[in-house]
Amino acid sequence: MTTITADRAPMAGMKVYHLKLGMWVFLLSEVMFFTGLIGSYVILRFAHPEAFGVPGEVLNVPLTAFNTFVLICSSVTMVKAFAAIEQNDQEGLQKWLLATILLGAFFVGVQAWEYTLLASEGFVPMAESYHAIARGAAEGSEVIGGPLYGATFYTMTGFHGAHVSIGVFCLCFTLYRARKGAYTAGNLGGVEIMGLYWHFVDLVWILLFTIVYLI
Amino acid sequence: MSTTEKDIASAVDAGGQHDHHEIPWIRKYVFATDHKMIAKQFMFVSLFFLVVGGALAGMMRFQLGFPGQPMPGAGILPDAMMAPTPNGAIMLPEFYNSLVTMHGTIMIFFAIMPLLVGLFGNLLIPLQIGAEDMAFPRLNMASFWLAVPAGMLMLASFAVEGGAAGAGWTSYAPLSTSGEWTGVYLGQQLWLVSLTILGFSSLIGAVNYITTVINLRAPGMTWFRIPLATWSLFVTAVLILLAIPILAGALIMLLFDQTIGTGFFRPEVGGEPLLWQHLFWFFGHPEVYILILPAMGITSEVLSNRARKPIFGYHSMVLALISIGFLGWIVWGHHMFQSGMNPLLGTSFMISTMAIAVPSAIKTFNWLGTLWKADIHFDVPMLHALSFVSMFIIGGLSGIFMASTPVDIYIHDTYFIVAHLHYVLFGGSLFAIFAGITYWFPKMFGRMMNEPLGKVHFVLTFIFYNLVFFPMHNLGLQGMMRRIYDFTQYDFLQPLQPMNQFITLFAFALITTQLLFVFNFFWSIFKGEKAGNNPWKSNTLEWTVPSPPPHGNFAEMPTVFRGPYEYSSPESDDDFLPQTTPPREGPGPSSGVPEPTPTPEGAEA
Repeated sequence: MTTITADRAPMAGMKVYHLKLGMWVFLLSEVMFFTGLIGSYVILRFAHPEAFGVPGEVLNVPLTAFNTFVLICSSVTMVKAFAAIEQNDQEGLQKWLLATILLGAFFVGVQAWEYTLLASEGFVPMAESYHAIARGAAEGSEVIGGPLYGATFYTMTGFHGAHVSIGVFCLCFTLYRARKGAYTAGNLGGVEIMGLYWHFVDLVWILLFTIVYLI
Repeated sequence: MSTTEKDIASAVDAGGQHDHHEIPWIRKYVFATDHKMIAKQFMFVSLFFLVVGGALAGMMRFQLGFPGQPMPGAGILPDAMMAPTPNGAIMLPEFYNSLVTMHGTIMIFFAIMPLLVGLFGNLLIPLQIGAEDMAFPRLNMASFWLAVPAGMLMLASFAVEGGAAGAGWTSYAPLSTSGEWTGVYLGQQLWLVSLTILGFSSLIGAVNYITTVINLRAPGMTWFRIPLATWSLFVTAVLILLAIPILAGALIMLLFDQTIGTGFFRPEVGGEPLLWQHLFWFFGHPEVYILILPAMGITSEVLSNRARKPIFGYHSMVLALISIGFLGWIVWGHHMFQSGMNPLLGTSFMISTMAIAVPSAIKTFNWLGTLWKADIHFDVPMLHALSFVSMFIIGGLSGIFMASTPVDIYIHDTYFIVAHLHYVLFGGSLFAIFAGITYWFPKMFGRMMNEPLGKVHFVLTFIFYNLVFFPMHNLGLQGMMRRIYDFTQYDFLQPLQPMNQFITLFAFALITTQLLFVFNFFWSIFKGEKAGNNPWKSNTLEWTVPSPPPHGNFAEMPTVFRGPYEYSSPESDDDFLPQTTPPREGPGPSSGVPEPTPTPEGAEA
């Protein structure tokens, strides 16, 4: 029987708990989802450069740059929340989670406000009613770009916004659980995978901001 | 052998203890989290959809065999589908378009894919790697309960005004972008919504499978000791994980085009219809391998067991699975040779497509090598597995025709394509599904399926199947286009009428034959001969537990000492050697023969 125990291999698998591995695998599929959207945008823009505007012409870059800063800050607060629970600091966890929620919600709010501003200038996703004019230009000025501009912009930023909103919702749930004392230094999986998702959403936004607003 | 029996006895005991608190009926049979129950749920639902898809095919075949003639019994269908005449109801062209679309969609997404991935993925992965369940049992339940409403939406689209989607299962833009072109408005949108929901269901299933295979393997179950069925399902799950999000993005963009009026794929406002084709096939080609890889895994399992020989070239089988999975990503353009794509690009897609013949041939020759000089048992699962191999060869060879850009100009969008895809999807995947269901039926229900009835079903299905689909190669080469409502409108196709009638008659025979399987299936659940734990004398872990396995599967964590296919091993007195058998101490009976020493690292092969 000794040989049997000697032959007994250690438990197979990775030294990562299921939830964390599952989240990484899920994020892989999210990468493909945004690759599909961004790839379509790149193809359409290369095929029809005339259908897209110059950066800053229609879109409000300074406002969104500020919003990008807010989202990056929310990633910092998320890291702070994780660092707090690593030290078993319940109060710190709740404080930083709340900060992340507020920053995330602020980001979505600014984006919604930006949408209404853009739509009032005729920058809409609907092909038949698209008539975007330059920012600050008089009513009836020359139309900038074409329907693909509006459609790709709202689809890409909209899906990102939906991801942030889902993230905020999940953060609220995490905070609720944190207030009930569900997490400890030895049991912080929920906070960690929440952080993974949140940083991913943040990273996608930096890509989107560069591609949609700056280039 | 006594250890195995003891294990089983203790498993039964532990099974009893597990169920201390009786699981409520609704959690056991409806909102179940047990992977075996979810597998059965997927099986019943997708077999239902298989029947629906077959009925749609039967109606199409009637129209092609007897174009413009009243269909018997069609009077009960609404006037939007069948035009009533004094002699009976005649099929409308719009309804034919819906039939083509929905037959493809239902068979691919709601029958074959959930049977291979939902049924066998759920049933086999935890059992074959020695896990008590999936990594995320509740996500698993969610995966099934998202698939059900998706299927209901798809069926409901037949009842809405304008009928079900009619732009083909590929839903090419601009045909699909507006109801102006197809006459289908809401149906086309329901199609998109349904597939988006189903995609999400597949996606969370894939996350579950991948996590489970990576993290939940029993001690000693190294990567190269995993049975090929689980290997193929793992590669399939990776393909699903990465391909479905691309489809989801494309579906949503098309939905926006249809509903809020964006212009992604609408050329009249500056959009790119070709972009849809690229996105769809970037998903669609991996999808083709999602539909065949698990079938290959099931076949490997059955062939090796029923030939009582180790699978020939286990490592090369795994590597071939992985390379098919990889090559599947760089060949999508071969669906688009005639789309106006740059011919130079077409050539590169032709070369990468033909490269897939290499891993496919490795698998085929390995199957043949497994059968070489083997003690072949012609049981029902084996017969189906053998016909998988032979039909896959025919389907694979006709695939080479289409992969050649110059030949494809001639046969693109003809019945040659229809013949090819049915040789791989029906002759390939569906025969493997029959093999898998008959092989693992005792594990699912604790009873064997009826053998003589199964053989009759197999023989008739095999003959009728070939009589239906082989002549389609000929129809295609003579120029008959696929998806055509009435080919007799072309003079040059009218001589094909007798051949079409021949196909239609045997298609009805093929559909009728399936009643034998349905009867055998249900009869055997209740009246079949009781099966032991290991009726096929198999080595893999699922056969070490009772049939059906208790909740939690393994009474105690199994330890794996060897690969899954050690049949007729000189090390064993019997002709099989379960993966849980520890290595023999001291010199074995065949000490003269240099014998590989099994180690936990799986270095023996």
